[in-house]
Amino acid sequence: MKLIKPILLMLCFAALTAGRTAAPNYGVGDTVADFKLKNVDGKMVSLSDYKSGKGVIVIFDCNTCPYSKAYNDRIIALNKKYAAQGFPVITINANDPSDSEGDSFDEMVALAKRKKYDFPYLVDETQNVARAFGATNTPHVFVLKNEGGAFTVAYIGAIDDNARDASSASKKYVEDAVDALLSNKAVPAAKTRAIGCGIKWKNA
Amino acid sequence: MKKNIIAMIMSCVVFGAAAQKAEVVKLDKLQQIMETKSDKIRVINFWATWCAPCIKELPLFEKLHAERSDVKVTLVSMDLDLDPNPEKVYKFLDRKKLQSEVLLLNEQNANSWIGKIDKSWSGALPATIVINPKTGQRKFIERQLHEGDLEKLIAEVQ
Repeated sequence: MKLIKPILLMLCFAALTAGRTAAPNYGVGDTVADFKLKNVDGKMVSLSDYKSGKGVIVIFDCNTCPYSKAYNDRIIALNKKYAAQGFPVITINANDPSDSEGDSFDEMVALAKRKKYDFPYLVDETQNVARAFGATNTPHVFVLKNEGGAFTVAYIGAIDDNARDASSASKKYVEDAVDALLSNKAVPAAKTRAIGCGIKWKNA
Repeated sequence: MKKNIIAMIMSCVVFGAAAQKAEVVKLDKLQQIMETKSDKIRVINFWATWCAPCIKELPLFEKLHAERSDVKVTLVSMDLDLDPNPEKVYKFLDRKKLQSEVLLLNEQNANSWIGKIDKSWSGALPATIVINPKTGQRKFIERQLHEGDLEKLIAEVQ
């Protein structure tokens, strides 16, 4: 009988730690917790800074992945097209720079300057935001809809269906999702997948 | 001089034996490989020449191929998804002299087929599937593997 208590405690502990290591990730319709990360200009940016808009296009991205390079101009174009309509882009780099040298903060600053980013490029040093979202690869898009100050996930996945060439894409998933949200329609494809570089996790 | 010529011929022979022209395949061929009945455990790895963690884990698959006659290793290059020219992959294979079977998957519109490989695959590289064709048991893993991981996955489907 005396043994039961410590065993129970151990089981509780095991359950708790298991819950912590399992990746909590957002599905379509889930409400997103606020986050606050450092931008390439040194200032902190929070999701809650965007409460006056219609939503946000959050993109987990990086400097080094060939898919990120292939989609870089398309990401810049997304912000150009949708920021004015209430859906600005926020990019977040979660790659561990000790595993991916070209993803250091200095390199991020250089890329944002070179490509004249007019949107945040945030560093997720602890990787907690990428883990919370369940981001797996780069670029990985989460379109968030602002519902009275609470951001909910409306789309998860790729930018379009042709990594090689933007002009050959037959489906522009993110544009289709945001256009649908802007006209109060259902998002046609709420979840898509694409080949990409896995996020460089710490101690992976 | 004679020695040099012999050395040259020797290296040509070794090089010729080591280099392989990997086959370019569509999804149906890959699915056929995944479904085919066999006594050997199937280990299928999805990689690309641009993917650093993939390159780091390649020696583990080569070692498995060399040491385990009860395992069939297939390395599926995803390079063509981004660049339709296979030359870069061929050069890489010549340089690294990979001995495991290599296929180049030539499919666009990844969203339509990634889930057919494994329901839980996000599409991120590297990714590996271990299949026991006799029982249909499968293990899928989406991260870089380390020493001992493959042996553990194989034991889990046996």
